[in-house]
Amino acid sequence: MDFLLEGLLATTWKQLVMFGVGSLLIYLAITKKLEPALLLPIGFGAILVNLPFSGAVTQMMDGIGEVPGILDWLFNLGIEAAEAMPLLLFVGIGAMIDFGPLLANPKLILFGAAAQWGIFATISLATLLGFSLSDAASIGIIGAADGPTSILVSQVLGSKYIGPIAIAAYSYMALVPIIQPFAIKLVTTKKERMIKMPYNPRSVSKRAKILFPIIVTIVSGYVAPASVSLVGMLMFGNLIRECTVLDTLSTAAQTVLVNLITLLLGITIASTMKAETFVTLQTIMIMGLGLLAFIFDSIAGVVFAKILNLFVKNKVNPMVGAAGISAFPMSARVIQRMGLQADSQNHLLMHAVGANVAGQIASVIAGGVILGLVPGMI
Amino acid sequence: MQSLFNTSLILMGKGMLAIFVVIFLIFFVLLFLGKTKKKEE
Repeated sequence: MDFLLEGLLATTWKQLVMFGVGSLLIYLAITKKLEPALLLPIGFGAILVNLPFSGAVTQMMDGIGEVPGILDWLFNLGIEAAEAMPLLLFVGIGAMIDFGPLLANPKLILFGAAAQWGIFATISLATLLGFSLSDAASIGIIGAADGPTSILVSQVLGSKYIGPIAIAAYSYMALVPIIQPFAIKLVTTKKERMIKMPYNPRSVSKRAKILFPIIVTIVSGYVAPASVSLVGMLMFGNLIRECTVLDTLSTAAQTVLVNLITLLLGITIASTMKAETFVTLQTIMIMGLGLLAFIFDSIAGVVFAKILNLFVKNKVNPMVGAAGISAFPMSARVIQRMGLQADSQNHLLMHAVGANVAGQIASVIAGGVILGLVPGMI
Repeated sequence: MQSLFNTSLILMGKGMLAIFVVIFLIFFVLLFLGKTKKKEE
C-alpha cells in the first residue's frame, strides 16, 4: 500500500509554497476580482502542475517512458511553437479597440511612445541585479502593461521566467488604479492636475478607420519588422471590426475567440510554474521589477507631457501622459477620476482614452522593437 | 555586469528611438487620414 503514500512523501516544501501561491491567486481573482479570467486559471494551474507526479505535465513513468501531459502539450503547441495563443488573442483585442479617439486627436499617439520608457529603465535595473540581457528584456516588457506581449516576448527570447512575468504583468494591470495615482502624485502638483483640456474632436470617416490598421501595419512592418506578428494581428482584428461587412466575425473575435484563448492561456502559462523553477529569489525580484516598470511608465508619460507643455499653446494635463500605457481602460478611468478629484469640472476621459489606445499600439511596437534589437546584442 | 548595464543603456537609446520613429510615422498617418476627411467635406 506504499504507493498510496508516494505522492504525499514526495511533496517538497517548494511545492507547498506553490499551493499557497496558487490559492492566493485564486483568492485574489475571486474575492478581489483582480484579472480573474487570467489569475484564476494560473492559480489553479499552479496547483495542478505541482502535485507530485502530476499527470497534467509530462512525466517519465517506469516501464512506459515519457507520458505527455496536457499542459505541456498546450504550452508546446499554443505558445512555444509560434506564440499562437497570445497572437490570436491580439485578433480579439484588435476587434475590441476603437481607434476613433486617436484618429480624432492624433497628438495623443505621442504619449503612447513616451510611456514605454519604463520598459527600458526596468531592463537596465534588471541587468544591474544580475539578470542576462534576454531575461532582463523579458522582465522589462512587463512595463508594456500588456499580458500577451509580455508572454510572447519572454517566450521568443527564451526566458525561463515566463510564469512570474505573466503573473506580474496581469497582477499589476489589475492594480493600475492603485499604482498609477501613487506614481502620478510623485511627479505632479495639484495645480498641474487641475489643468483643463477642451475636447473638440475631429469627425472621423469610415474610410479613415479602415485605412488606419492597414497603413499602420505596413509602416511599422517596414521600420520594425519583428513587430509585424504583434501589430499585424492587432490590426487584422481592428480591420475586421471597422470594415462593417464582417460583423459576425468581429463579434466572434471579441467574444468567442478572446474567451477561448483566455480560458486556455492562463492554465497553459501555469505549466511553467513548477516549484523548482518558480520558488526562487529571482521570482521575488521579478515581481518587484514589474512594479517598478509600471511606476516608471507612468512617470515617463507625465514627464513627457510636461515637456510638451513647454512648446504648445493649449496645455496638456500631465496626467494624460500616464494613460499612454496599454492597460485599457483602467488607466483612462484612473486619469478621469484623478482629474475630477483635482477639480470637479475637469473631465479628461476622452483625452485619456486616446492616450490609452495609443499605449496599446505603442506597447506592441515596443515588444516588436525589443524582439528586433535584443537578439543582436546578446 | 557593468558592460551588460551599458548594453542595456544602448538598448534603451535604440529602442526609444525606434518606437518614436514608428509612432511619429503613425502620427503623420493620423494627420493624413484626418485631412482626407476634410477634403471630402
